[in-house]
Amino acid sequence: MTGTILGAPDIDRALTRIAHEILERNGGAANIVLLGIPTRGLPLAERLAAKIATVERGFDAHERCGALDITMYRDDLHRQPTRTIGPTTLPSQGIDDAVVILVDDVFHTGRTIRAALDAVKDVGRPQSVQLAVLVDRGHRELPIRADFVGKNIPTARSERVDVHLTEIDGDDAVILTGGER
Amino acid sequence: MKHLLGTQDLSREEAVLILDTATQMAATQEREIRKLPTLRGKTVVNLFFEDSTRTRISFEAAAKRLSADVINFSAKGSSVSKGESLKDTALTLQAMGADAVVIRHWASGAADQLAHGGWLHGSVVNAGDGTHQHPTQALLDAYTMRRHLVDGSDGKGLDGLHIAIVGDILHSRVARSNVHLLTTLGAKVTLVAPPTLLPVGMGPWPVTVAHGLDAALDGPEIDAVMMLRVQRERMTGGGTAFFPSPQEYTRLFGLDGQRMARLPEHAIIMHPGPMNRGLEISAEAADSPRSVIVEQVANGVAVRMAALYLLLAGEEHM
Repeated sequence: MTGTILGAPDIDRALTRIAHEILERNGGAANIVLLGIPTRGLPLAERLAAKIATVERGFDAHERCGALDITMYRDDLHRQPTRTIGPTTLPSQGIDDAVVILVDDVFHTGRTIRAALDAVKDVGRPQSVQLAVLVDRGHRELPIRADFVGKNIPTARSERVDVHLTEIDGDDAVILTGGER
Repeated sequence: MKHLLGTQDLSREEAVLILDTATQMAATQEREIRKLPTLRGKTVVNLFFEDSTRTRISFEAAAKRLSADVINFSAKGSSVSKGESLKDTALTLQAMGADAVVIRHWASGAADQLAHGGWLHGSVVNAGDGTHQHPTQALLDAYTMRRHLVDGSDGKGLDGLHIAIVGDILHSRVARSNVHLLTTLGAKVTLVAPPTLLPVGMGPWPVTVAHGLDAALDGPEIDAVMMLRVQRERMTGGGTAFFPSPQEYTRLFGLDGQRMARLPEHAIIMHPGPMNRGLEISAEAADSPRSVIVEQVANGVAVRMAALYLLLAGEEHM
């Protein structure tokens, strides 16, 4: 099954559900900080924060959202052309003792999240770290799991999952393209 | 990028990438934990044939903040003082597994020779060679200017800025590196020096020249003024002097409070250090709020981290 797997309304529903699951799991939004992993984790974190803000009074979506660049923590730097380092921005009160929700678009091998956990450790000591992803495509290479998943998409390793988001690509879609089997 | 040897062969895209990367590196240096794991397992050798504590510790700090191992090799009291050639030194470093060699040498062209001699597998970073080039100093100067003078600076050059470089241009690798880099980034450069301290054959340089600081201040508005150190051994005496007396130099080329007041409100004052207070720059100018001289040192670490990252982090160039 290839082609567009999720359209704009599907993505919006998935994010709404994840926002509610985050609130349920944590008994509110008191301590929550959302950190998006660039590039596409960042707009997803902002959307989740906006959705939480519509439910929770006093939750300042802008103040509780940040970006966590993981480039310098990757384990495959020496195998790829040099990567550009993106910005890391944290909420002004930092992440110490907060519940950090890492947000990414596609959850695959788990190596990005491993790098993100190292990066989090260097910028503060949160009370706990949880993981929210829009798509889980399987093929984990590390013992890491997601707490909140928008959609599980079974894939072959050779296939590609591309997430488009309006903020970056002009439209909202999750597209699966086949590689040769 | 495989080596960083000079600014004349840096494209605008490469220069802007280094500055943007330095911005992110600088941000990590404001954290509680400033060490990054990025270059774990890499070895950086500081090969210094000339004394330069500032540049060496800046490179050392940059490499250590990125978790690289650092080996300091200074020519004094080493095999070099026993007559070892640059080639044999390079082969030794190669055998020890150096991933990058940061070289400071009194001879112009030493870094190029080390990079292209076929002796080393790793990257070469020029930390100053003779009177030729000192690219990381020019990059940190450009970074400092961009931070202060360009709004929303990421991805941008220095377009439309006017920079005055004042002092001993003839012997200055900092000036040479800056002329090329600043021009590449879109800035205009005015060199201010007595005719004896300007190199012969400057014709093709994309600069204007003024023979007095007052003349330069009368010209187009200056956004940053960079004072160069007067090298004491070149000041006075005998037939080898480049100007009659330190007093005269200060009178014609020194930056004092009065001249500082003639700069526009936003202009910044720079100096690559070490300063001769009272000679090329007065204490009033050096310690004024417009002076960014101390900040240049901090920016130097960020820029050198960026250079080491871009040279060493990616897949190996063959």
